[in-house]
Amino acid sequence: MAELSYRDAVSYGIAQEMRRDPNLVFLGEDVAAAGGVFKTTVGLLDEFGPKRVRDTPISEQAILGAAAGAAMTGVPVIAEIMFSDFLAVCFDLVANEIAKLRYMTDGQVSMPIVIRTANGAGSRFGAQHSQSVENWCMMIPGLKVVAPSTPEDVVGLMAASIRDPDPVVFFEHKSLMATKATIPDGEIVDELGKARILRAGSDITIVALALMVPRAMAAAERLAERGISAEVIDLRTLVPLDTQTILRSVERTGRLATVEENPRLCGWGAEIASLVAHEAFWSLDAPIVRITTPHIPLPAANNLEDATIPSIDKIVDTIVSEWA
Amino acid sequence: MSIEADQGVYDYSTRPLRTPDPQGDPGLALADETRLNLYTRLQELRQLEKRAYDMFMQNLVKGTSHLSLGMEAVSAGFGEAMRADDYVFATYRGHAHTLSKGAPMDGVLAELLGRQNGLMGGKGGSMHLSDVARGMMGSYAIIGAHLTLANGTAWSAQLRDSGQVTVCYFGDGTTNIGAFHEALNFAAIWDLPVVFVCENNLYMEYTPVDFITAVDHPAADRASAYGLERIVIDGNDVDAVYDTALRVLERARSGGGPSLVEALTYRTGGHSRADPGKYRPADEVKAWAEYDPIVVYHQRLLARGFGEETLTEITNKVADRVDQATEAAKAGAEPELDSIFTDLWADGSSAWRN
Repeated sequence: MAELSYRDAVSYGIAQEMRRDPNLVFLGEDVAAAGGVFKTTVGLLDEFGPKRVRDTPISEQAILGAAAGAAMTGVPVIAEIMFSDFLAVCFDLVANEIAKLRYMTDGQVSMPIVIRTANGAGSRFGAQHSQSVENWCMMIPGLKVVAPSTPEDVVGLMAASIRDPDPVVFFEHKSLMATKATIPDGEIVDELGKARILRAGSDITIVALALMVPRAMAAAERLAERGISAEVIDLRTLVPLDTQTILRSVERTGRLATVEENPRLCGWGAEIASLVAHEAFWSLDAPIVRITTPHIPLPAANNLEDATIPSIDKIVDTIVSEWA
Repeated sequence: MSIEADQGVYDYSTRPLRTPDPQGDPGLALADETRLNLYTRLQELRQLEKRAYDMFMQNLVKGTSHLSLGMEAVSAGFGEAMRADDYVFATYRGHAHTLSKGAPMDGVLAELLGRQNGLMGGKGGSMHLSDVARGMMGSYAIIGAHLTLANGTAWSAQLRDSGQVTVCYFGDGTTNIGAFHEALNFAAIWDLPVVFVCENNLYMEYTPVDFITAVDHPAADRASAYGLERIVIDGNDVDAVYDTALRVLERARSGGGPSLVEALTYRTGGHSRADPGKYRPADEVKAWAEYDPIVVYHQRLLARGFGEETLTEITNKVADRVDQATEAAKAGAEPELDSIFTDLWADGSSAWRN
């Protein structure tokens, strides 16, 4: 048992896998000598050396191309894209190459690659360094999408992502870096495509992801004070999507709210709302509620950013105001 | 080149013709067998590409096609110089490059026909030919990215100390996209065993590349920016290509890092099936037609004492193989509809949910 921050869990998880697999390599901007701009990769260069942990130029296409090409030959690769916003400058690699190569070669290549990237708001970085873009990746056939909310999940889902022969985009939330938790000793390996019920409830199912998970949990406490028993699900993985955990929960509670940090349109919650509306329609007692960032870029100022992404207050107030 | 700035149009009237500059037999000390291999390769690429064209015109092949007719010497020369376990990346104009890495003719034609016995079972098509078991790592239909992928297989070879070299073909138009520059810098700083081969056929799709490029040689004139040697070769002279290929492949294999080769050549036809190529001056087209790489090499081999009957026999044998491949391709079944849902993921499925 050791207490580990979400930040340190990243290097802990990578190191666990680099010790296991001597072929696993890691590249990105400032990841080696500097230990990462979020200090998530401190110590990896020292332990594994410059052949396996390599700094790159600011060349996101070249980073993902090198990763994907190596992966095509069977070399497993972790590639860091410093901020998830930067996926936009290499999205040809993400959406057109990495995601499609197995399919368009009719299975001739595997793509054992994990694209790690810092996601989400809360750091007052403004519109180009704060976005939640997991839905950009969710909509592309051929990508698996992971977004852990706890240190233990960072380690366990990192291991599962690295061991998966398919490409995984792994979203680490900037505003969760300082959170700490006790994790078990020994190897930690989780499974992709499994949501987790963090809190049982009988009146409403709240589905959340990453930074929205602790906020949904806090909101559930507040709702309990008002006599509303909320079940909270940490989705953890968008692709593969654990629809069964969501559907069974809604069948018990009769209500669904999603809490999403992404802007409104085409957020992952829309897909879940569609799924539940179709497959659990007769269990629903009330309209589905989506709590999202408004459909705007993110502002930088403290109060503006705080007012933009879903807060505990906003989650509680929205659910209560919609209660009928 | 001149641009009438106030009209924003390119002025063809003052553009000098870009005609070939034949230098004659470079006089290389090559084995007879090597010369005949090169001739055989030229015939294979030419005849299969012609067959592909014919099948398009017969409406047997759907979609689009981008042919390498007239440009065969580049991939023929490199193909002969490469090791069997070297890697190749190509563009949507990749039929010749795929064949030159050893892919079977029937697999290529069947893929163009959309048949189950195609290289990718009909999932790839003309623009995505690949044969990974033979080191043909794919044809990529969006300009730029595959240069960065080529760095990846080269990095893998470097990590494994395997001695494999990656050869990445692309056109002149690719030199103006960002990924080209990212890839070259990256290859240079990591000393990757990769050879970037620009087939400069003088036209970026429908536009003369000199109209839209800041330097005369779109690849070679950028080499110095990445600390690389400036290499411009006659891409219609298969001996010259082969000789350069041996040199840059050996450099990469021995740890000397990447190379950037610009091979001057010309498309016999237009950019794609939809393009008759009418924007090209008739005198330019004629001059290049007379400098066809197969005509050039045929004459050279005769001058070197090879018999006409030897070359005819090669040509006829290739023709037989192309005919047999055509029949085998046509005999293939259409892909099973179930295959739509296979091989998105490594477990063979396409499931995104439980």
